[in-house]
Amino acid sequence: MSEITPSQTVGPYFAYGLTPKGRCQWDPNGQYAWKETVGDNLVTPDATGEKIRIDGRVTDGDGQPINDAMIEIWQADGQGRYAAAAGGARPNTQFKGFGRSATNKDGEYGFATVKPGVVPGPKGTTQAPHILVAVYSRGMLRQVYTRIYFADEAANGSDPILALVPADRRGTLIATKQADGVYRFDIRVQGENETVFFEV
Amino acid sequence: MSFVFPTKSLEAFPKHLTPAYRSTAKRSPSKPLIVIPHTLSELTGPVYGHDSVQETDNDLTRQHAGDPLGERIIVHGHVLDEDKRPVPDTLVEIWQANACGRYVHIVDQHPAPLDPNFTGAGRTVTDKNGYYRFVTVKPGAYPWGNHHNAWRPNHIHFSVFGHSFLSRIVTQMYFPGDPLFPFDPIFNSVTDEKARQRMVSSFDLENTIPDWALCFRFDIVLRGREATPLDNDEH
Repeated sequence: MSEITPSQTVGPYFAYGLTPKGRCQWDPNGQYAWKETVGDNLVTPDATGEKIRIDGRVTDGDGQPINDAMIEIWQADGQGRYAAAAGGARPNTQFKGFGRSATNKDGEYGFATVKPGVVPGPKGTTQAPHILVAVYSRGMLRQVYTRIYFADEAANGSDPILALVPADRRGTLIATKQADGVYRFDIRVQGENETVFFEV
Repeated sequence: MSFVFPTKSLEAFPKHLTPAYRSTAKRSPSKPLIVIPHTLSELTGPVYGHDSVQETDNDLTRQHAGDPLGERIIVHGHVLDEDKRPVPDTLVEIWQANACGRYVHIVDQHPAPLDPNFTGAGRTVTDKNGYYRFVTVKPGAYPWGNHHNAWRPNHIHFSVFGHSFLSRIVTQMYFPGDPLFPFDPIFNSVTDEKARQRMVSSFDLENTIPDWALCFRFDIVLRGREATPLDNDEH
């Protein structure tokens, strides 16, 4: 057995390396010359599922915007299929289900993606449509993990992970519907109505 | 091969709230994290960006018209899992200050020069043996506002993926023998001495190239080990 390398903060200066085409509010020209590996538009021509937008704001314990955060998401496609290495060939091989968004000066991030389908849960259960989220920023020595569920999904009521969350905090995991295909998911890192984070 | 990701392995990680690093005060969850089982969602992970990585992206000294100033160095190593197996074909991204300790970022305005021939970002994909290699310049130390006379030790930021969304890590690689270690709250947020040393590269004379560049080795061990039949029974 080998012991793992500890985590350290992403710091304030990751934009050039990790989100060069993102919301580069720090760069006077809006964008850096460096190419992007991962962006905030996950939609591919072959992606199955309803095309949606998810936008939100990341705030700290004083309710102030965190303007130097990076949000990463990981999700299945509209049919509940993950594009994992071990998953083998799939009909929609272009959809990767992974995205990255930097927050802007107001702490806002956003993704264009497709709404994921239901995926298998533990012990033969199924999980309601959801997206995994990891939040990184200056002042965070390790990422925090949360999940985005969708307000208009009846399956939330029987989701095995939501069931583990105290009822009065479950709402922090549920994106509100703003319009057809438009959702809002704010992330409150600390304080009043603090977003539920998971130990995984 | 299927993998498990024991949470016990995270014991060496820094605590979310580490008061000596002041920015953690308002950016750490105050409520207990909720323990959940690892579902298919957690056990899978991104295999993304490989097609956008070009062969030359791992040489930070050749991204502009001229040579950057500073000590040219080679940084190489293996990405491994907890079974010491190589993690092949995984994305490794780095970013760093230039030799004067200045980042290409509008927030970094401390009085050190930018280098038109160095922007400090690189990326590569590990080969079948989990091996990666970068050519860059040694980053300078730089001041920050955490406390009076606060300076960050020389470091290179690393972002690595691995087998699942749970093996994903962002960390920093340090250089051996840095006199700033005792004073840096970020480095010391890892409270176990042995764990801290796993973030410190080692000088690699054998792979130092005569008349050209010093070499440092930095192996990265990610969460994840092979599942045993017992692990599978637990699901």
